[in-house]
Amino acid sequence: MAKYEQMKTLQDTTNEVLDLAATHFKVPREQLTPDDDFFKRLGINSLQALDLLTRIEQHFHIELPDYELQGVSDFRTLAERIQSRL
Amino acid sequence: MLDLRQYNSLGDALRAALERWPNETCLIEADRERENLRLTYRQFKETAQPLARTLQDGGLISENRAAILMTNQSKWLISAYAVFFCGGVLVPIDYKLTAAEQIKLLQHSKAEFLIVEYHLWLAITQAEGFGKLPTRTVLVTEAPNNAELSGAKRWEDFTDSREPVFVPRERRDPACIVYSSGTGGRPKGCVLTHENYLEQCMALTSLYPFWPGVRYLSILPTNHAIDFMVGFIGPFTCGATVVHLRTLRPEFIREAFTKYQITYMALVPMVLKNLEKGLRQRFAELPKGKRTVLNGLIGVNRALTRRRPNVKLSRVLLPQVHQAFGGQLRALFVGGAFTEPATLQFFYDLGIQVGNGYGCTEAGTAITLNDFKPFRADTVGKPLPGMEVKIVNPDSEGIGEVAIRSKTLMSHYLDDPEMTADTIVNGWLVPGDLGRIDSAGHLQLFGRKKNMIVTEEGKNIYPEDIETYFEGLSVKEFCVFAANYLWPARTMIGEQLVLVVHPEPAQPLTAQVVANIAERNRRLLNYKRISGYLVWDRDFPTTASMKIKRVELAEQIRQTVERSAIVPL
Repeated sequence: MAKYEQMKTLQDTTNEVLDLAATHFKVPREQLTPDDDFFKRLGINSLQALDLLTRIEQHFHIELPDYELQGVSDFRTLAERIQSRL
Repeated sequence: MLDLRQYNSLGDALRAALERWPNETCLIEADRERENLRLTYRQFKETAQPLARTLQDGGLISENRAAILMTNQSKWLISAYAVFFCGGVLVPIDYKLTAAEQIKLLQHSKAEFLIVEYHLWLAITQAEGFGKLPTRTVLVTEAPNNAELSGAKRWEDFTDSREPVFVPRERRDPACIVYSSGTGGRPKGCVLTHENYLEQCMALTSLYPFWPGVRYLSILPTNHAIDFMVGFIGPFTCGATVVHLRTLRPEFIREAFTKYQITYMALVPMVLKNLEKGLRQRFAELPKGKRTVLNGLIGVNRALTRRRPNVKLSRVLLPQVHQAFGGQLRALFVGGAFTEPATLQFFYDLGIQVGNGYGCTEAGTAITLNDFKPFRADTVGKPLPGMEVKIVNPDSEGIGEVAIRSKTLMSHYLDDPEMTADTIVNGWLVPGDLGRIDSAGHLQLFGRKKNMIVTEEGKNIYPEDIETYFEGLSVKEFCVFAANYLWPARTMIGEQLVLVVHPEPAQPLTAQVVANIAERNRRLLNYKRISGYLVWDRDFPTTASMKIKRVELAEQIRQTVERSAIVPL
């Protein structure tokens, strides 16, 4: 698994994050783009965003501390933070 | 607890607490299932001293302002104590704001010192306005090795063992500048004195006492007035323990309850409702037989605690529910916004007391609180000791504007005498809420008199701040109002914002403009969104300088159209 994760590009990671968000919040995948603010685009509150983070952690097998993600609100930056931990 | 009447300042009282309970645990910091740190009161003092020395060496003297910008963690409290020890004025900044908003508040406060977490500092250095920061000394916590700190110093580097000099303050001196709102047009920096905090602490702990062994779980931001009081000043002046959890994930909060045998926790209505939802779901999933037994036991608990709570009895009747909260929970404090009575009743019926009340930063946190003598879900409780609450100009039903007088009222809004004069009239604070005091002395709330809403997350939203997102709209003029302000609804729930648009003469509102309104609205965070628009066909009343006369316009709308005229988006 670790080897496979290392091969992922930022674009792969971004796409997977968008897929996860679309599935989790039941929105059409084509409506989501990397630069979207996920709070605004998904219409979610802070608790729902934490739910998404937990789902992302399970998918990528990483830990994303809440406090390091303060101020992160777009999919692209979130994917970058994930990528740096793969 | 300490007799706070004997102390003149927060620094004075906290310093005495560190001497009084040297071997008790004051602070635990956990990150998920890992414990990062555990300090006794003596160790806390030893950790804070080098920081105080650093601040003094950096030139911090009486009344210098020092801001803290951190998530909930041990260094928040250590830094705050160091600032008070040096006689400084603390400026707690909300870590949930954007970096640009944080810079704006730092500028407004004129803070010369800033103690900030690395990731938050990084965002500030990349934000517009970074060059205009008023700070001359910045200490960054938890910065990775070799990180570029843009002129800041590393918190962890300061290990000077020389004793810092304690700087005494007077009770009327400013202790904190707390921003209650105003990231939009006009920052509202409440200047709170040492007396405000000491008096509030005495009042609150008389109803909800702390003592050595009590553990408070801190998940509300410590920059928020509630957590600052019940998650720092209250427990510390009583020898109790504060547990910081560096995540808000529900699964780790549940674990912390059990692991640390939590006694108290404060939360906002949104989180309380989420807890309720989770419990209801678990109850619904029980097999029918077990569910019937549970409902029966809840009924018995309700009947036996009708007159007063009996936590020991409730723990026996409903052991699994109480075990899920660690088995030692005495009360949850809910604040920041109005809580629905049904939610309060749900928890009370399970034997879990929810300390529900009414307050605002301008009054130093809580004004009223339920005292459970007996429990009532339909009110926000009675005034705390030392609080005078009256109803101004009551109507035939006794409903009027709530006014408060007490030693906990803020001194003033920073650099805004006009807003201070509007808010504190002849010594009485008028927060702009409508209420009634019933025959039992309980305060009931019936809506707001001012043009604002408060969300379930405890965020104050001023319609004026939302207007900037609609600038450039192809209409003659527009204005945002709280619907309950236009049409008083006698409720504190379901608050919504409405956009009033006045199209250009002889031009009806086109589908294109409506689509543009919807598109701009989608760009707003969900809690800031308007729920609909209202078409208005007359010129807005304005001042000589062309500012909209909002009060007058609201009155015209109120007289002319019904709430049902709002077109939902």
